[in-house]
Amino acid sequence: MQVAVYSSSSYCSALTPHLFMASNSKPKTKLITRGCGPSSSYKKKKKKKVLCQIELKPPPYPTNALEPYISRESLEYHWSRHHRGHVHSLNKQIAGTDLDDMPLEDIILTSYNKGHFLPSFNHAAQVWNHDFFWQSMKPGGGGRPSGQLLQLIERDFGSLERMLMELKAAASTQFGSGWAWLVYKANKLDVGNAVNPLPSEKDNKLVVAKTPNAVNPLVWDYSPLLAIDVWEHAYYLDYEHRRVDYVSTFLEKLVSWEAVSSRLEMAMQRAAKRAREEEKKRMEEDDMIIGDKKAMEVYLNSDEDSETE
Amino acid sequence: MAIRTLASKQTLIRCAAASPVLRQARGLQTFSLPDLPYDYGELEPAISGEIMKIHHQKHHQTYITNYNKALEQLEEAMAKGDSSKVVGLQSAIKFNGGGHVNHSIFWKNLAPAHKGGGEPPHAALGWAIDTNFGSLETLVKIINAEGAALQGSGWVWLALDKELKKLRIETTANQDPLVTKGLQLVPLLGIDVWEHAYYLQYKNVRPDYLSNIWKVINWKYASEVYEKEVA
Repeated sequence: MQVAVYSSSSYCSALTPHLFMASNSKPKTKLITRGCGPSSSYKKKKKKKVLCQIELKPPPYPTNALEPYISRESLEYHWSRHHRGHVHSLNKQIAGTDLDDMPLEDIILTSYNKGHFLPSFNHAAQVWNHDFFWQSMKPGGGGRPSGQLLQLIERDFGSLERMLMELKAAASTQFGSGWAWLVYKANKLDVGNAVNPLPSEKDNKLVVAKTPNAVNPLVWDYSPLLAIDVWEHAYYLDYEHRRVDYVSTFLEKLVSWEAVSSRLEMAMQRAAKRAREEEKKRMEEDDMIIGDKKAMEVYLNSDEDSETE
Repeated sequence: MAIRTLASKQTLIRCAAASPVLRQARGLQTFSLPDLPYDYGELEPAISGEIMKIHHQKHHQTYITNYNKALEQLEEAMAKGDSSKVVGLQSAIKFNGGGHVNHSIFWKNLAPAHKGGGEPPHAALGWAIDTNFGSLETLVKIINAEGAALQGSGWVWLALDKELKKLRIETTANQDPLVTKGLQLVPLLGIDVWEHAYYLQYKNVRPDYLSNIWKVINWKYASEVYEKEVA
């Protein structure tokens, strides 16, 4: 069910929010996740085995650009060993399988398999998480968010300070490896076929979340806005055991609120679009039910008619 | 688990004298950092002195500090009959208490090469390993593979199932102690595969850390535990 959200042609427009790069930084790579397009399906028709490679995307700044807060050495290991390792292993795992020609997000949702991970889940999610993490930071980051982002933070947390406190608490109580997130939680009732009778934009909320190991909030159908990597490899060379210091520094000096704002904008657009689509679908279903009732009435009427005859 | 001591004052004094890890504070039994039976640098080159120092003084100490804090809060919550708080404290107790339990075992599982570290087990445990796994080499291979494949942070264990009297390999996530996999399991050997256990020296190459750690494994300790349990 969740897979369908990102399926087919809507994939690019639906997912670019998560892959968004801060507008003032020059994107160095394409936003499209996979290196396979129409040409590969053409090749497939010729029954040639085509391996769609997941790309290793570099951070959108040089590896020393986050110094002194994240050292070049740390960033190079993190990107060129850890991130690269996940890309490499994922490509090996999915080669020749059903996952091979899927966009990265679909691989994640498919291999999440309702919590019973398929083997490629960890690598797929970690590739996505790292792409997203690099873009959550920028040289000269930090400061305060503004505009709608700040308004929603104040609406949903009371104040920026309270949100940051919650985020820091999530990061330090993620007992083990994992991630801390700020996410946009679209209006959803997670109870089967129930519908919210009066859906409103106000039901959509910013929330703080934490996830173990490779898991990310896409698997709950949330829109991630900000990620903090709290695997020890993310900070150990610079901060050793002091995760708290690393998280504070991330929020004071590195976070790109511009990226978070843009992701929020895209997430809200996506949620609004989906709400409209769901509403339309519901109305169509209602029409069908009404249509059925009419047919039944006609049938019953004709039955009565025949009896009276 | 020692949540609250009901022992007499005399017993407590005896306990404190017998074990350096226990001390008495306001009637609550709290824990303190155990000393290592070797110097930080003595496990080199398998594990650097820097890693050992931070691992022991910072990581283990933090687990103990937070465990003691959680126990104190637990005692308060229990005294007040605040069940929701009691339940809410369980994850912090499991994580920090587990961190203390696991590291206390881990330090004893290691020994400098010149003090017998890396010498293969003989006698009863040696036989048991051959019987259960074919050979020590096979056991090492399985543990290395399990440790390398463990996602995120955690531990890989050589365990004795004391009911079946059989050896088993287990992994636990994060700081879950072995006992979470079964009350009948006794840890003979636990290997820490958290990144903090090797990152400063081995970076992302966990398999290298795993192959080198066998040079400083204290099989004598594992044998003693084994023999005591099967006797």
